[in-house]
Amino acid sequence: MNARDNSTGGTVRAGYVRPLDIRNGRIDMGHGAGGRAAAQLIEEIFLAAFDNPWLRQGNDGAAFAIPAGQRMVMATDGHVISPLFFPGGDIGALSVHGTVNDVAMMGATPLYLAASFILEEGFPLADLKRIVQSMAAAARDAGVPVITGDTKVVEQGKGDGVFISTTGVGVVPHGVDVSGANARPGDVILLSGTVGDHGVAVLSQRESIEFETTITSDTAALHTLVAAMLAASPAIRVLRDPTRGGLATTLNEIAGQSGVGMLLDEAAIPVKPEVDAACELLGLDPLYVANEGKLVAIVPAEQADAVLAAMRAHPRGADAARIGVVQEDTHHFVQMNTRFGGRRVVDWLSGEQLPRIC
Amino acid sequence: MKYIDEFRDGEVARKIGERLRGEADPARQYSFMEFCGGHTHAISRYGVRELLPPNVRMIHGPGCPVCVLPIGRVDMAIKLALERGVIVCTYGDTMRVPASDNLSLTKAKARGGDIRMVYSATDALTVARDNPGREVVFFAIGFETTTPPTALAILRAQREGLANFSVLCCHVLTPSAITHILESPEVRRYGTVPIDGFVGPAHVSIVIGSGPYEHFAEEYRKPVVIAGFEPLDVMQAILMLVRQVNEGRAHVENEFSRAVDRDGNLGAQQKVSEVFELRPTFEWRGLGEVPYSALKIRPAFAQFDAERRFGLGYTPVADNKACECGAILRGVKQPTDCKIFGTVCTPENPVGSCMVSSEGACAAHYAYGRFKDIPVKVMA
Repeated sequence: MNARDNSTGGTVRAGYVRPLDIRNGRIDMGHGAGGRAAAQLIEEIFLAAFDNPWLRQGNDGAAFAIPAGQRMVMATDGHVISPLFFPGGDIGALSVHGTVNDVAMMGATPLYLAASFILEEGFPLADLKRIVQSMAAAARDAGVPVITGDTKVVEQGKGDGVFISTTGVGVVPHGVDVSGANARPGDVILLSGTVGDHGVAVLSQRESIEFETTITSDTAALHTLVAAMLAASPAIRVLRDPTRGGLATTLNEIAGQSGVGMLLDEAAIPVKPEVDAACELLGLDPLYVANEGKLVAIVPAEQADAVLAAMRAHPRGADAARIGVVQEDTHHFVQMNTRFGGRRVVDWLSGEQLPRIC
Repeated sequence: MKYIDEFRDGEVARKIGERLRGEADPARQYSFMEFCGGHTHAISRYGVRELLPPNVRMIHGPGCPVCVLPIGRVDMAIKLALERGVIVCTYGDTMRVPASDNLSLTKAKARGGDIRMVYSATDALTVARDNPGREVVFFAIGFETTTPPTALAILRAQREGLANFSVLCCHVLTPSAITHILESPEVRRYGTVPIDGFVGPAHVSIVIGSGPYEHFAEEYRKPVVIAGFEPLDVMQAILMLVRQVNEGRAHVENEFSRAVDRDGNLGAQQKVSEVFELRPTFEWRGLGEVPYSALKIRPAFAQFDAERRFGLGYTPVADNKACECGAILRGVKQPTDCKIFGTVCTPENPVGSCMVSSEGACAAHYAYGRFKDIPVKVMA
């Protein structure tokens, strides 16, 4: 058995190498040294999970054809979440969804992903395998393959288990022009579902504040939802997924980019009662809590009903709602009519969201 | 949310608002101080002020725990982390309070200090148990609400023989702060701060009861209505205050009867007095030195007292000259009276402590209310 194992295209001689001890093994500096150990790690964990023709070629990059005359989108996202596994997902699935969504929020159809892993010495191989398999499943479900990648190992104490950076490319269909700078007074603001699920699910697992909850992360790829919305109206002006900083921060970003103000209706913003209760307990505001499977769309008023109907007909947009309007405002305030009957500013998040003590 | 939404009902709010407009005498001004940051937060976040008649004015009080924490005290905690290699645990809000040398606990953490945010004093005990080779100090701040948990943590540490745990005690007392305001020249002599009554503390009163306020009502002829932290609680309390003023009464009334009684939580009070004793004087940010207004750890628990354990001395540090936090905390000025509000001093770079916590008068106005300072067109 001297021949190269052509079934995987790898460079490790099968039969002379003991397979990785996934159950008890840990990442050591050798896995990042570029030698046989590194090759074996790639072969048995990454290639085994992501397997596709581009990776199988064993190159340092991947070549692919692009549709002539169409605009391309590229987006990149780093993932550093703690804990790595949380109700409803893990860093692997998240790293696929995050980048697929960033590409989709440009109105593009995501095509390919690249992934880069920074592994900390001592990280259990079993956890790595679980993460990579979850990532591969997410990529398969989304129909967006990981076609090139890289791994590095850092000494213990210099990483947090695993950091994953992913980059995605996609193409924008003709006639679509989506940008955070496109919102105009009179436009309608749509939201695809409940806010705060992801952040609360992750918080519930943090060592210092563990609490029992049935809430799971909403982590999901949104490109098919986007495609359905664009099919309903290619005139959609803005798409964005309210991740870190939550809905409030996303809307402030868009207001600034577009040079407009916004007026929201608190009663129209969907929040799960469990999320609301957890936030109340922790002194947090669900409008500032992260989401990983929701989007905000800003559309011309006359298209709002059609887009909203398309959202509600899609499983990722079943709870979609019309939450406010874009208005003229040179100060770019995002304001909100409260359920209580008052009006207030929904400001940028300042620093980290910290719990109040009183 | 059951038990919460009932107290945020907009329909009820409008009704109380109507009643207030009907009962408030248009010929006079009403000025009430909401003592607690929790009330300040509720008023700003829910837009309560818009539902009040124009002649009912709310003045923010000093009851925001991080706002009254003086720079010198935060400096002590930072020194412990940076110079003594101590793990400092504290509540989230405390992390951003500006200290000397342009530092805060958040910034000291970025410089390598081992500073950890905890949700409770018990979590600090866990940190101490998990790090037996390190000194762990709980930087304890807050009014009577957060004091009993600190007392329990010290008692438990003693029981467990936890040798690496101590507390930097900065707990302060509500009644002394109210007395201080009522005795201030602005209120007594100059009348520049007309206070017709107080919206009394919510969570603090659960611990100390409504009894301690009877003195203010009698001695200073100021009505006190203890109110919960939900917006309807605040509105109802304001209505009760207007009625007392109209009827010339000055009593302690309890809007928050679902949680507060006259005696308070006697078990908690007992633990607190077992562990703590009065400090003869304590510096408050904004109010200056206030006699008998804070607690320190009793000598019997000296080993858990970080000040004794590390031989810490207190060095007062003056606030930034342009900062009006002091006057704002005494009710003399409003956030917008401060020259650096929203320009030099913002939530991202707070100069004064009122800009730190969302309970602080400046931060609350900046985050929720500043659009009212600027005319903004609202579409129908």
